[in-house]
Amino acid sequence: METFLGIDYPTLWYLVVGLLFSGYAILEGFDYGAGAWHLFLRKDLSRRIAINAIGPLWDANQVWLIIGGGSLFAGFPVMYATMLSAMYIPFMIFLMLLVLRSAAIKFRSAEEMLWWRKTWDIIYFSSNTLIAFLLGVVLGNVLQGFEIHENFTYKGGIFFSFLNPYAVIVGFTTLSIFMTQGAIFLLLKTEGRLYARLSFLLKKGMIFFIVSFAVTSLYTLVFIHGVTDKFKEQPVFFILPLLAFLAVANVPRLVSKKKYAFAMVFSSLIMAFLLMLVAFQLYPVLLPSTIDPKFSVTIYNAASSQKSLGIMLTIVVIGAPLLTAYFLFLYKTFHGKVKLDDTSY
Amino acid sequence: MDVEILARIQFAFTVAFHYIYPPLSIGIGLIMVIMEGLYLKTGKKEYEVLTRFWLKIFAITFGIGVATGIIMEFEFGTNWAVYSRYVGDIFGSALAAEGLFAFGLESTFLGILIFGWNRVSPKVHFISAIGVFLGSMFSAIWIVVANSWQQTPAGYHIVGEGFNARAEVTDFWAMVFNPSSVDRIIHVWQGAFLAGAFLVLSVHAYYLLKGKYIEISKKAFKIALLVATIVSFTQLISGHSSADGVAENQPAKLAAMEGHYDKSAPADLYLFGWVDNESQKVTGLSIPGGLSFLVHQNFDAPITGLNAFPKEDRPGQINAVFQFYHIMIFIGLFLIALTFYASFLWWRGILFEKKWLLKIFAFSVILPQIANQVGWFTAEMGRQPWIVYGHLRTSEGFSQEVTANQIVFSLVLFTVVYALLLLLFLYSLNKKIKHGPYDEAEHQYEII
Repeated sequence: METFLGIDYPTLWYLVVGLLFSGYAILEGFDYGAGAWHLFLRKDLSRRIAINAIGPLWDANQVWLIIGGGSLFAGFPVMYATMLSAMYIPFMIFLMLLVLRSAAIKFRSAEEMLWWRKTWDIIYFSSNTLIAFLLGVVLGNVLQGFEIHENFTYKGGIFFSFLNPYAVIVGFTTLSIFMTQGAIFLLLKTEGRLYARLSFLLKKGMIFFIVSFAVTSLYTLVFIHGVTDKFKEQPVFFILPLLAFLAVANVPRLVSKKKYAFAMVFSSLIMAFLLMLVAFQLYPVLLPSTIDPKFSVTIYNAASSQKSLGIMLTIVVIGAPLLTAYFLFLYKTFHGKVKLDDTSY
Repeated sequence: MDVEILARIQFAFTVAFHYIYPPLSIGIGLIMVIMEGLYLKTGKKEYEVLTRFWLKIFAITFGIGVATGIIMEFEFGTNWAVYSRYVGDIFGSALAAEGLFAFGLESTFLGILIFGWNRVSPKVHFISAIGVFLGSMFSAIWIVVANSWQQTPAGYHIVGEGFNARAEVTDFWAMVFNPSSVDRIIHVWQGAFLAGAFLVLSVHAYYLLKGKYIEISKKAFKIALLVATIVSFTQLISGHSSADGVAENQPAKLAAMEGHYDKSAPADLYLFGWVDNESQKVTGLSIPGGLSFLVHQNFDAPITGLNAFPKEDRPGQINAVFQFYHIMIFIGLFLIALTFYASFLWWRGILFEKKWLLKIFAFSVILPQIANQVGWFTAEMGRQPWIVYGHLRTSEGFSQEVTANQIVFSLVLFTVVYALLLLLFLYSLNKKIKHGPYDEAEHQYEII
């Protein structure tokens, strides 16, 4: 098997996918999170400002979902196909919500009528909240494993089995971390009374997050089988939960000092560390089989060919700096507080 | 209905709906870049007004294009799991390139394009417009490359057997430049330019007929007419080249396009007709040996007909392929005649005096849309029964674990949400057109 710096290609691609998913969680995390506060903002102007805070950024942030999904299709087609077809219903709902969310952003402020704006506000709020929740639900299901038989055939529940207790808990945790991230982002983008309202809301958000985080951690340790095995084998990786815990503790500290930019860095780090934790725990498995570990989808039996992975890694090496440059330019251009003008939503 | 049919209906519905928008974005993008370039070059206010106006419409089409496009990306996995495992290795690199080089470019610069008027210099804004436009063109490249590989696979080998069989890349560039890629990319680009140009023509023809915004509408109309005239003609060339490729690489598809059954006989070129698959007869008006002439420049050259293929290897809907193909050809020829006549009048200096011509332009916006749709229907239905030509059948490609009820559920969701989306699109398009290119405060600039 071909390697680069002593790491085999499937593992490298696993890292690429992990990086893209982290980027997606961090960037769309504040988009979805900001949207999940939407109905908590009372005035029409506040809601408009909140939407325009993500206005120029959300389309770009969504690129991470598209590349993330693409990287799974490209590098681990078996994983992509097995997970999406097994999780058919949640993914279809997720996709529909994405469409509704885009429509809400674009059309909400296009009309003055009260009923129009109120309807879109509800759609916007619910789609963001449910998207964040569903992403966690899917993660919760992946962590527990699927009923996968020979040849990657899924034979589990069809309609609502994805809503099991653990998945729901992970769903709430994801929602809460996104809401924390979203509130911090909005604080960076707003002023005056809206700012005051948001700093009040952020405190609630952090409590919601810390409680969900504690429940998920406990539930995982008690009920999810074999979750600590990896750490017993390689104790050095205990650093990951430790770092995650420190990041969680640091966010309220920075928020109380009103250092929101740093708070945002650390709430992003929480997501990155937690995803690393998941990635480390699963590796090299992508999708555990609950029937027999030998039917699990792993980075080796799911991967594209060495040749194909080599081409894609080359594309990433060329493309990633370009994408980073575009993003830096975009975020620099729209740095600072929101100012509404005639091009705003 | 069974899972295969439902999965196909869902895919056809979602992709056809999606395909209303990206061609408009690419086409409007081109014209917008020309307008903004003219603004930077001449400094004339009119071009800035036009750029800002078309940018607003561009923003809507682009937004819906992205939203419906994400669904396509994930629908391969949800509904076509077997197919996804089979082609993942091939599509992987094309998708990775699409995401990083094309989509990353267009989506990041989109924010600057739409919201950055007051934040960046005119030059940087223009560069952003070019970035978004090029990004959308690159997107088309990679998506059409992937589709073309399904039509004419190249640069691969098949590994494994039965359930675990899949195609793997052996030669990246041979995969990218497979026999049909280049023709089809150009054909798709041109179809997109026509879709955008005819929307611009339609809107400004409407203003001219209403006697509103006359000066800037004349400018915009001329820009779009120039694009439409050139492209409608070159579209014929890429179309012909594309058909030559079909004749060589997918003879069963070509035979279906003209309803040609005889194993090896000269084939006619139908102007219109109706194919009866039972009696293997086409009723209609044809040029005898016309297809033979187009392919081989010889009226008597034999063309492989449908009967040369076993029944299970022929497209299922011959008449539909025939009709879709002929609708596309008719629209293409009509657009050439229309734009050439209009350009002739422009040259004579009497373009805007013919009200009836402007009326035709006002309604013609629908024609490139129809042509783009039926063109794809020809390509995709003509490829049947294969999902990967000659290797994997559509009936083998869908997700085995997905049930009919699940697809019915999602199909209902799609139908409801897309109907809403279409209404919103038409409503806001109509509103923006009615509102006109000038913002209230700027009305004073309008002379007439």
